[in-house]
Amino acid sequence: MDPGEIRRATTRIAHEILERNKGADEVALIGIAARGDDLARRLSEQIAQIEGTKVPVGVLDITFYRDDIGLHTEAPEVHETRIDFDVTGKHVVLVDDVLFTGRTIRAALDAIVDFGRARAIQLAVLVDRGHRELPIRADYVGKNVPTRNDEIVRVLLEEVDGEDAVVVEDPR
Amino acid sequence: MNTHLLSMHDLSSEDVVRVLDTAESLREVGTRVIKKVPALRGRTVVNLFYENSTRTRISFELAAKRLSADVINFTTSGSSVSKGESLKDTALTLQAMGADAVVIRHGSSGAPYQLTKWLKGSVINAGDGTHEHPTQALLDLYTMREKLGRLEGLRVAIVGDVLHSRVARSLSFGLVKMGADVTLVGPPTLVPPDAPAWGVQVSTDIDAVLPKLDVCYMLRVQRERQRQQFFPSVREYARLFGLTRARVDTLPEGCVIMHPGPMNRGVEIDSDVADLPQAVIEEQVTNGIAVRMSLLYLLLGGGGEERGDG
Repeated sequence: MDPGEIRRATTRIAHEILERNKGADEVALIGIAARGDDLARRLSEQIAQIEGTKVPVGVLDITFYRDDIGLHTEAPEVHETRIDFDVTGKHVVLVDDVLFTGRTIRAALDAIVDFGRARAIQLAVLVDRGHRELPIRADYVGKNVPTRNDEIVRVLLEEVDGEDAVVVEDPR
Repeated sequence: MNTHLLSMHDLSSEDVVRVLDTAESLREVGTRVIKKVPALRGRTVVNLFYENSTRTRISFELAAKRLSADVINFTTSGSSVSKGESLKDTALTLQAMGADAVVIRHGSSGAPYQLTKWLKGSVINAGDGTHEHPTQALLDLYTMREKLGRLEGLRVAIVGDVLHSRVARSLSFGLVKMGADVTLVGPPTLVPPDAPAWGVQVSTDIDAVLPKLDVCYMLRVQRERQRQQFFPSVREYARLFGLTRARVDTLPEGCVIMHPGPMNRGVEIDSDVADLPQAVIEEQVTNGIAVRMSLLYLLLGGGGEERGDG
């Protein structure tokens, strides 16, 4: 995906979120670190442009909820979690860059439950690459990218990588 | 990182930064509606305390529980130790029951090191005799970094009964490792003769040291460990080395006052000084939970075989 495609995909998702939730009043975005939080901030800006309402954005690190703690030689590295609003009663939209096995989303769902009882939790991803290992699907998808299991999908964003792009790398 | 934490020497300066950074992320857990994450679900942590302790034991217990580990508290009174069981047999019993980590406090220096020879799991030193108390040092480093924004170049005085203080040893080693400038202050009888070899300065004149400090760290006079007369009287000690209101006025603006607790109010620190806003003694206690969570997570969260999946 090139920068134009990424911008059009996030714009469409912003519209879909508003349509589905009948406005922006009860919507909150929670991005999964890293890069999901940057995407969540972009969606928030686009929602503000369309609707004139600024929706709250949080960042979630799911490390402590992973199902593979103790399976690696070193404990997985921890990043910041910051959710400055009460999720209770909110329509929470989880935002991530790539949807793959679904294990990250499973962990994120568990984490959000610990912050309060959301009215609903939805999922927005920039890329759905398939190969799910859990019964999880996204509500909003930027682009479906068919991949082989061993390929690597990399999302690059201006904020962290200096450019916008989605690339599929073949390790073979 | 090492499997065990017995001494501050077990940690590189990168390890210390990692522990403090992870603690920073973990402190947020304490602000949630549900103050618990499932990171160490199914692991067992044993608190093995041969000496009395309130804050350290409760802090470790809370830290382990907030990570969803199972916690067993073992104190010597009311256990088979009072029937004469040896440290080794107690350790092997805990191992047989499947302890993944043992947090030990013991009156004898080196007891945690002995445990590592008998146990497969991690051993964390929660204070051994007059040797070390590394988790206290880590929470103190965390508090200093939080209050002053850095550790490198900080001017820290550690004042009082250095000789009997495992906190002073661990903290000195940690501060020197992180590039701080440490001065030990106390009567000559209470400063260990080998202290200059730690990379610290030594002074007997508290009033000369106070005006150029970022942190003034007061130690508890440990009368229960003092087997001889180290100073003529408590009153004289308080007059020469106690942090009085008048001495606080000579500290530079922004200087932080710390104490590992429990305090002897009126001996090493005046009661009204302990309650000043620049005294961060309660914050040290709060930070202790996050720092111990960080350690337990880093020690117990790894240990597997590396596999190639994401």
